Amino acid sequence: MARGGYGDVVLAAPVTVPYVRYSIRGAHWFLGRALAQLLAVAKIPKQRVDGLAVASFTLAPDTAVGLTQNLGLTLRWLDNVPMGGASAVVSIRRAARAVQNGDAEIVACVAGDTNHTDSFRRNTSAFSQFAQDAVYPYGSGGPNTSFALLTSYYMRTYGAKREDFGKLCVAQRNNALKNPLALFKKPLTLDQYLNARLVAEPLRLFDCVMPCAGAEGFLVMREDTARDLGLPFARLLAAIERHNAFPDDPIQYRGGWVMDRAELYVQAGLMPADIDFIEVYDDYPVINVLQFEDLGFCSKGEGPDFIRANTFEIDGTFPCNTSGGQLSVGQAGAAGGHLGAVEAIRQLTGQTLGAPVAGAKYGLVSGFGMINYDRGICSGAVVLAAD
Amino acid sequence: MAEAKMRARGKNPILRTPLPTLPPHKRSRVALGLTAAAARGALELQVCRDCGAAQYPPREVCRDCLSSRLFWRPHKGEGELVAETTLHAAQELYFRERLPWRIGVVRLDGGANLVAYVYDRVRRAPCRVRVEAALDRGGQAVLIAVPAIGSTDLSIDPKLREMTCDPRARKILVTDGKSAIGQAVVRALAAGGAEAIWVGEAEPWKKIAGTTKLRDLPQVSMVPLDVTDSASVRELAGEIGAKVDILVNTADCHRTLAIAARGALDAAQLEMDVNYFGLLRLAKEFAPLLKARAADGPANAIAWVNVLSIFALSNYPPHGTYSASKAAALSLSQALRGDLYAAGVRLINLFPGPVDDEWDQLELPPKLSPSALAAALIEALQGSMEDVYPGEVAQDWLARHRENAKALERELSEGNR
Repeated sequence: MARGGYGDVVLAAPVTVPYVRYSIRGAHWFLGRALAQLLAVAKIPKQRVDGLAVASFTLAPDTAVGLTQNLGLTLRWLDNVPMGGASAVVSIRRAARAVQNGDAEIVACVAGDTNHTDSFRRNTSAFSQFAQDAVYPYGSGGPNTSFALLTSYYMRTYGAKREDFGKLCVAQRNNALKNPLALFKKPLTLDQYLNARLVAEPLRLFDCVMPCAGAEGFLVMREDTARDLGLPFARLLAAIERHNAFPDDPIQYRGGWVMDRAELYVQAGLMPADIDFIEVYDDYPVINVLQFEDLGFCSKGEGPDFIRANTFEIDGTFPCNTSGGQLSVGQAGAAGGHLGAVEAIRQLTGQTLGAPVAGAKYGLVSGFGMINYDRGICSGAVVLAAD
Repeated sequence: MAEAKMRARGKNPILRTPLPTLPPHKRSRVALGLTAAAARGALELQVCRDCGAAQYPPREVCRDCLSSRLFWRPHKGEGELVAETTLHAAQELYFRERLPWRIGVVRLDGGANLVAYVYDRVRRAPCRVRVEAALDRGGQAVLIAVPAIGSTDLSIDPKLREMTCDPRARKILVTDGKSAIGQAVVRALAAGGAEAIWVGEAEPWKKIAGTTKLRDLPQVSMVPLDVTDSASVRELAGEIGAKVDILVNTADCHRTLAIAARGALDAAQLEMDVNYFGLLRLAKEFAPLLKARAADGPANAIAWVNVLSIFALSNYPPHGTYSASKAAALSLSQALRGDLYAAGVRLINLFPGPVDDEWDQLELPPKLSPSALAAALIEALQGSMEDVYPGEVAQDWLARHRENAKALERELSEGNR
């Protein structure tokens, strides 16, 4: 049976709770502020929100359930989406079906985390049972270890150079300089990238996201609702998700997008060449390249040539992570998964904080998350269109 | 004087002694199967009884066929080092203090990916490797990728020597040097490169063959030590305790009495006083000192060794009271092990079968020679394990115990050694 389309489902009200490196607040504060901003932007009372999708790593011992009472929300649709970098895509996909079928009218998708001075160590030391048992005891490098292994394999196998990854990081920094909410305010030169301190060979400092606190949010509803509220919106054309793809690959050199990309473009009625900008999950630059390849912008192994042939700034040949991405804005925990979605909605509704991609009509948002053991488990993507 | 033959270490007494830190200790219960095998120096992985798939990381249900019949089985650990990294940043203090660390991912032949430490002499990835299990400083199992061919000496790897307790250049207390085992242990430690060896002597006026030879070894200092006398233990701890890197408890009282024999009670009390209370007295005085120096540079306090007996696992009625005292010592050693591991000091138990000495006179061969026992002790220190079963009889009893402890009890009670 062919999958049904998303009809008149739209995304609106992109909000960001400004990021800070460390915070003394709890995750509830950031998620609560995100919800307050959503209500303010949409000019609706709290009671209008009847659905909520939540992604957070630092909400424990609470889940989305505890948050309802904490924020005084009475809902008829609630989802806890513990999928890190894939949580925005998954939240959109589920919320869309809920509003499309009338299970909810307005779903708030929020993601946020706090970051205390010792949060990151605590989170990574007990990230999963496999991570706790079989990765963390080996040097306690956290995700740096896993991505260093993937990066070294990719470089060796496909001939990527440090300069290739550096080009992506420098471009994202240039994009971030136009975003007032980005935590990184200074330009990054290729030299600085190449000579930064070693973290986990071949990764150096600017290959790694900086953990911080913050939140992102947006609303999912039907077009009629958005028009009634006078909200600019982006349409949802297509969505895919996949978990634990290719478990027998000796190391992760491709993600679940490969299994589902044909469906993504068929559902969207578009080809990769039609996409005007892309927001990829970017905790480490190697994963950007996997998404370029696995989402069909180039073939497997052609990533390095693709990088050399393109520019990734907002006005480049392949605008990518136009807000600066996590690498230059900061990684506010699970909000990192929502950063790209929120930026894409801003781009497609003319509400950018920084510079717009000229004439952008179609944006692709890709998610990737949860290094459960030796690879990222969750992947997904959505295609959004301007009204 | 005990100090006489010691080379000055040149430690600056003004400097603060670093405090011990440990690698992450937390494991799920199922993951401790890896530790159970590593404690014996073996690599075991879960294998599915229904479909044969090897599993890693440890889990509750087979990743292929979802069977719950997963059993830990010895594994060759052969595979390919697919990718590697060298960590220059770490979140835990233990790793941070010892950066950098070489880490890799190994694809086992037949599937399953292993994240492992990579031994210094392994070529750059990709290459064939073999994976071994070791115990880290907190006593938890870790995997190490070593060259596919040839033997490995972890103690020469600048980083992975952390997994070992190599006696080279260490200062060691052997609590009793009068027994054949004690003498063999002292000689083996001297040959293994120990810098200084204090050898306990309970009743110096008793001239025992062999002790004169020990005195001639340049590393050796004889010291008065009677483990049945709390004051004696306390005095020696006060004198040398803060310098001991490895304590080897060879003090042993062995009478061959069945429990109903005349004099069994006196013998049992004496055995308990040496084998159980002796260990307790040593633990009380020396364990805090070893723990305090567990991170004292490259010459830190690092290990505690007990010579127990395979009779500790299941009572051997012809040596009924002795078996009971060794079982008591084994139980006590578990409490001591937990205490010492909190500082990163390893406790190693040796479980020899009958030894070729006077007290096992009536035991039939095969018997373990004192020098073979001593060699096993050195090997355990140089390697990475905490339970050592040297010799054929110990291995045989261990296998029988692990397969069916009740059967072993019956067999031993029927005189079927």
